[in-house]
Amino acid sequence: MHAFEYHRPSNVKDALALASRKDEGRYLAGGQSLVQAMKLRLSSPTDLIDLNAIGDLKALKVESNAVTIGAMVRHAEVAASSGVNKAIPALASLAGIIGDRQVRHMGTIGGALANNDPAADYPAAVLALGATIITNKRKIEADKFFKGLYETALEPGELITAVSFPVPKRAAYMKFKNPASRFAIVGVFVADFGGKVRVGVTGAGPSAFRQADMEKALTAKFAPESVANIKVKADGLNNDLHASPEYRAHLITIMAKRAVEAAMK
Amino acid sequence: MTASLIGARIQRKEDYRFLTGTGMYTDDVALPGQTYAAFVRSPHAHAKIRRISLDEAKASAGVLAVYTGADLAAAKVGGLPCGWLITDVNGQPMKEPPYPPLAQGKVRHVGERVAVVIAESLAQAKDAAELIEVDYEVLPAVVDPAKAKGAPAIHEAAPDNTCYVWALGDKAAVDGAFAKAAHVTKLDFINNRLIPNAIEPRAANATYSRAEESYTLYVASQNPHVERLLMTAFVLGLPENKVRVVAPDVGGGFGSKIYLYPEDVVVTWAAKRLNRPVKWTAERTESFVSDAHGRDHVTTAELALDKDGKFLAMRVRTTANLGAYLSTFASCIPTILYATLLAGQYTTPLIYCEVTAVFTNTTPVDAYRGAGRPEATYVVERLVETASREMKMDPAGIRRKNFIRQFPYQTPVALCYDTGNYDATLDAAMKMADVAGFKQRKEESLRRGKLRGLGYACYIEACGIAPSNVAGSLGARAGLFEAGEIRVHPTGTVTVFTGSHSHGQGHETTFAQVVADRLGLTMESVDIVHGDTSKVLFGMGTYGSRSIAVGGTAIVKALDKIVAKGKKIAAHLLEAADTDIEYDRGVFKVAGTDKQKTFGEVAFAAYVPHNYPLDKLEPGLNENAFYDPTNFTFPAGSYVCEVEVDRDTGATQIVAFTAVDDFGKVINPMIVEGQVHGGLAQGIGQALTEGCRYDNTGQLITGSFSDYAIPRAGDVPLFKLDMRETPCTHNPLGVKGCGEAGAIGAPAAVMNAITDALGVKDLPMPATAQTVWRSMHKAA
Repeated sequence: MHAFEYHRPSNVKDALALASRKDEGRYLAGGQSLVQAMKLRLSSPTDLIDLNAIGDLKALKVESNAVTIGAMVRHAEVAASSGVNKAIPALASLAGIIGDRQVRHMGTIGGALANNDPAADYPAAVLALGATIITNKRKIEADKFFKGLYETALEPGELITAVSFPVPKRAAYMKFKNPASRFAIVGVFVADFGGKVRVGVTGAGPSAFRQADMEKALTAKFAPESVANIKVKADGLNNDLHASPEYRAHLITIMAKRAVEAAMK
Repeated sequence: MTASLIGARIQRKEDYRFLTGTGMYTDDVALPGQTYAAFVRSPHAHAKIRRISLDEAKASAGVLAVYTGADLAAAKVGGLPCGWLITDVNGQPMKEPPYPPLAQGKVRHVGERVAVVIAESLAQAKDAAELIEVDYEVLPAVVDPAKAKGAPAIHEAAPDNTCYVWALGDKAAVDGAFAKAAHVTKLDFINNRLIPNAIEPRAANATYSRAEESYTLYVASQNPHVERLLMTAFVLGLPENKVRVVAPDVGGGFGSKIYLYPEDVVVTWAAKRLNRPVKWTAERTESFVSDAHGRDHVTTAELALDKDGKFLAMRVRTTANLGAYLSTFASCIPTILYATLLAGQYTTPLIYCEVTAVFTNTTPVDAYRGAGRPEATYVVERLVETASREMKMDPAGIRRKNFIRQFPYQTPVALCYDTGNYDATLDAAMKMADVAGFKQRKEESLRRGKLRGLGYACYIEACGIAPSNVAGSLGARAGLFEAGEIRVHPTGTVTVFTGSHSHGQGHETTFAQVVADRLGLTMESVDIVHGDTSKVLFGMGTYGSRSIAVGGTAIVKALDKIVAKGKKIAAHLLEAADTDIEYDRGVFKVAGTDKQKTFGEVAFAAYVPHNYPLDKLEPGLNENAFYDPTNFTFPAGSYVCEVEVDRDTGATQIVAFTAVDDFGKVINPMIVEGQVHGGLAQGIGQALTEGCRYDNTGQLITGSFSDYAIPRAGDVPLFKLDMRETPCTHNPLGVKGCGEAGAIGAPAAVMNAITDALGVKDLPMPATAQTVWRSMHKAA
């Protein structure tokens, strides 16, 4: 790790002020990706702006039609939240299978979304639930947030403060794990809003995406057989040691089918 | 009389310090004036070094020194030696290219050490290491052992990248038997390369005392005396008496910490140059590219059978990947510890094995838990299971038809098994695994859309290496005995010094049980000391499941001497003849009387010799022994694995795993079960999740835990274990060793089960979900 300046602001305003002054500054949320990269000397920010002392970012609010999760809420809190478990159980169960126990107790939703790892779990839920990313200056629709591999709509210095998820009628997340990292090789989040179904896919492509064919079929009829025979194109899907594009394409269909089954239970 | 401690499930004495974080590992050792080393490693698999620019690094803050291969060469530091000379089929010695601790003009694998920076702090050392610029001329690399022969030469000494071609067995007789066989089963497969991944990374901390002209090296090692011997005699040319090597608490090894590594040599050499202690601890990334890897065989194996399923002959051709350099024991693993095990548990009368060992641009390969024996078991047990399927015979039945039942048994591949009872373990395993109910379970799985399969592995291993003279005749450049010392204190408590090394095996408990039982002491009265050349008289260390069979026996031999001397002291105290004294667990008794002295009373008399036969006997009670075994030991067992394969995803779940092992006499069943659990997990890892992969340019793709999948708790089932005890006939404890069994037997059992579930002949390891899915796709 290279030397850096460490800052620990206690409110969003100070954090933003620091970010605007430091060209090579980075926000530090849970640190589960950034700190690893720094230890490997792959990332060398001049300044770390630690968000962990900002109480405003840690709120978790459950209302009848929406769940709003502060950017610094940790995965383990979402997984254990009785409110989230009641309102959107699929979201709580997703949070409960991110990484491992250690990761879940440090990693945060804001950090995960800002990083936009192609195999992260939350992006699938954000897309499928049509969540809104709330930043210090605006609200960003899910469909406009993810831009590509590790790329988002966030501007330099812009800070996610919370994420708001509409409560669906039913939903489920199915994840086929990478045996080594436990990231998603393919993760599919299916959300039924009664008359409108959204399907978010993570792990399969450079960035999470929605699966239009499946959404159409499931909107027509929310049942496993609606997606069971949909052949997903392998073009453009990720290729690595653990899964070829063809295998990933196949897994999208299997995971979608299983997610629908789970949502109907 | 108290109950015997042999066979007791005594909790591990060492666990308190391990579980409370009060152990002392090499990296915990902080010495006055400590400095830190960072190594610059090659990013290329094969390249010439044109120029190394060191000026910036040398001027960097806190830097004390920067060294390259040129500095070591100028100081006449030698290359790392190989401990086993293999003689090839033409009677020629194997090719032994130089293995310099720091690269000399050329790098041959990613992660090879090019330079070292030593600084006041680790951060300063790493900062400076980044400033070193190396100008490389990249050369074509070869990583696939099957392609090594025709690839550009890695070493001048081995133009065809071949270290040796070696063979064992009567080829003509074997070929003759194949020509007449009713059935031949043939398999081509790769025994996948593995990365060891001990929890504690390798570490070394060396210091030099100008006052005493002596060195002390703290190092994460499985055998500190061997480390010292190799380093002093072959590399640094130091007087052995001036070097102390300490292997304190060591967090796992699995073989990877047997060897003398370049980093150990460099920090020791640099400690004197700088007159400061120099510490290096591997980061996990360094472990992946610089700890010796395991396995990596490309094999064609054939089994000839008569029409009734009786094995007639076996023919095996293996290309073994040694990596870029010859690691300490690399040469004997795919030969002496592999081909000699190909008889397995069977009476196969004729066996021929030919091994071509090649250099590639990959990390050196050496012993990894099982070391040659898992590869041999995989050959034998995959062949046997496949033959039974091809001949429509019961896989257990075909094994029973060929089991060795007469002992001692001379195999056609050099080894002579002293004892065994293979029916006993197979009977027990089949019963525990409820093989009879498998058909029903398979149907039930199918109703849930899952394919169920069952596979066996009946393994044998040769442990307790070895008679030194036999090993010597086969090329070993070291003895293979073990040493032990019993130091009885005046108050009757005991310190035991053993040349074995514990890095997770629980010696401090098991060995204490042996000693406490014999001397009638409590466990608390016995301490085991290991891992320090200044305390332990000598030691060959721990590998090959040899600790209890060889190290334990050395302790027993020393105990014999203690008891013999104790009898003389007791005879004097009891005014009886030496020959009239009987001894049993702490009590010396005049035969046929109630006159007796306790072990404590005898010990006290030895150190306060007021009433003592000083004219005939020295005072004190302290004995040592060296034990050289007369044969290997032959643990064996039967494993039954049951899997369920998800037809949609190809994911395999091990739903049941039964292991019945015969380790001879068992001292502490709880510790033995722990060893089996760990071995099985590693064996299952090889079969299902672990596969080291390089790309064509020699870059390690599986260079971190993000891509290299070691099994987690959820990947293994609750194991069903049992044991049968057929005592070893040639050591006093009747013990055989248990450390590697699980890793030896599990891969074949798992792969036999998966191929059964899929109805395919073969499948590559690791059988990841994608691999299985592809196989189903191809079959469909």
